[in-house]
Amino acid sequence: MNSGEMRGAPVYTEFHPRWYRKRVSTYWWLWKWSYLRFVLREISSVFVAWFVMVVLALIAGLSRGPEAYSAWQEWMRHPAVIAVNGVSFFFVLVHAVTWFNLAPRAMVMRVGGKGLPDAVIAGANYLAWAIVSAILGWLVLRAG
Amino acid sequence: MAETIQLEVTRYAPEADAEPRVQTFEAPYRPDWVVLDALNYVKDKLDGSLSYRWSCRMGICGSCGMMVNGEPKLTCATFLADYAPKPIRVEPLRYFPVVHDLVIEMSDFLRKLEGVKPWIIRKEEKLIREGEYLQTPEQLDAYKQFSMCINCMLCYAACPVYGLDPLFTGPAAIALAQRYNMDSRDQGAAERMGILSQHDGIWGCTFVGECTKVCPKNVDPAGAIQQYKLSAAKEWFRSLLMPWGAR
Repeated sequence: MNSGEMRGAPVYTEFHPRWYRKRVSTYWWLWKWSYLRFVLREISSVFVAWFVMVVLALIAGLSRGPEAYSAWQEWMRHPAVIAVNGVSFFFVLVHAVTWFNLAPRAMVMRVGGKGLPDAVIAGANYLAWAIVSAILGWLVLRAG
Repeated sequence: MAETIQLEVTRYAPEADAEPRVQTFEAPYRPDWVVLDALNYVKDKLDGSLSYRWSCRMGICGSCGMMVNGEPKLTCATFLADYAPKPIRVEPLRYFPVVHDLVIEMSDFLRKLEGVKPWIIRKEEKLIREGEYLQTPEQLDAYKQFSMCINCMLCYAACPVYGLDPLFTGPAAIALAQRYNMDSRDQGAAERMGILSQHDGIWGCTFVGECTKVCPKNVDPAGAIQQYKLSAAKEWFRSLLMPWGAR
C-alpha cells in the first residue's frame, strides 16, 4: 500500500495497478484566493446560526418575563458580545450578498423564449431583500 | 539557437519511481507556440519516452488537459507567450491517479459519465416512418450551452470536492445529465433524478464554482448543478404536498 492511496477511492482498472494518487492537503483552501473566499462563505453560516441563537435567547427572555429580558439586554451590552455581533454582521452580509449574486446561476428564467439577464434576477432578489428589511425595520422601529 | 523556454515536466514511471519527479527541458520559445507544441518538441527531439495525451490540437477532442502552473488547462490552447520568460510547470491533471508521466487514469470519470445516462431517453420510441423529433431554435437554446462539453475533465481537476471525495459524480457528468434533462426530446429526467439526487450526486456540490471558471467551452457546470438542485428540491416538495401525484 503506498501512502498516497486513498481509502474509499473508486476501483480503477486492472491495467495500471501502480497508479500514483496524491492525497489532497488539509490546507487546499489556502492554494487560491477563490478557494479561500469559498471557505469564508461556507464559514459565514456559523455566524448566521449565531444570530439565530441570539434571537432564540431574546424570545426565551421575553417569554420568561421582564427580569429575564433585561438580563438578555445586559448580556447584549457586554463588549465581547458586541464584538462577536459586529463580526457576525459582516459575515451575514457576505453570506447574503454572495447568495444573491449566485442566484442567477441557479435560477434560469425564460421570458418569451429568451433568458432573463443575470442582473435582472439578482436585482429582483436584492429588491425583495430591501423590501422585507424595510417592512421589518418599520415594524421594529414603530414599536420603539 | 534563438530564445528558449524551460518546461518543468512531471515524470512518473511506475516501474522505477516511488513517486513523481520533475524533469526540466529546454524548448524553443515561439510566440505562436502553445504548451502542447513545446511538449511535442521535447518528445520529438529531446526525450521520446515522455508520455502525454493529445489528439486534435484545436480544443475539440479534450485529450490534452494538464495542469499548467497549477491551473487546469487544455495545453493546445495555452500559449507559451502568456508565461514566458518564466519556466512553465506542466503536471498531470490534479486529483486523478497518474498512470505515467502526464497521463492520468480516467475510467472513474467515464464510469460516472455513463452512470448519468447522457443520451436521449424516450418512454416510447417513435417509428422511423413517423419522422424525426422536431425542435425549435428556442428549445435548442435551452440546453445548447451544456452540450458544448468535450469531456476534457479540467472541471474535475478544478473541483476540491472531487479531490476530497472521489465518489462525487462531478461537474461534467452532472452538466451533461442536465443537458439531456433540458432537451425537449428527452423524457428521462425522472430516471436521472433517481441517480443524481443521491448524496454523491448533486448534493455533494458545495458550489465552489471553479469548474465553470476553468471550462474551455464555457459550459458552466456549476450553474447546471445548482439548477439541478433547484428542480430536485421542487420535486421533493411536490411529492411531499401531493404524494398521490405520480410523476
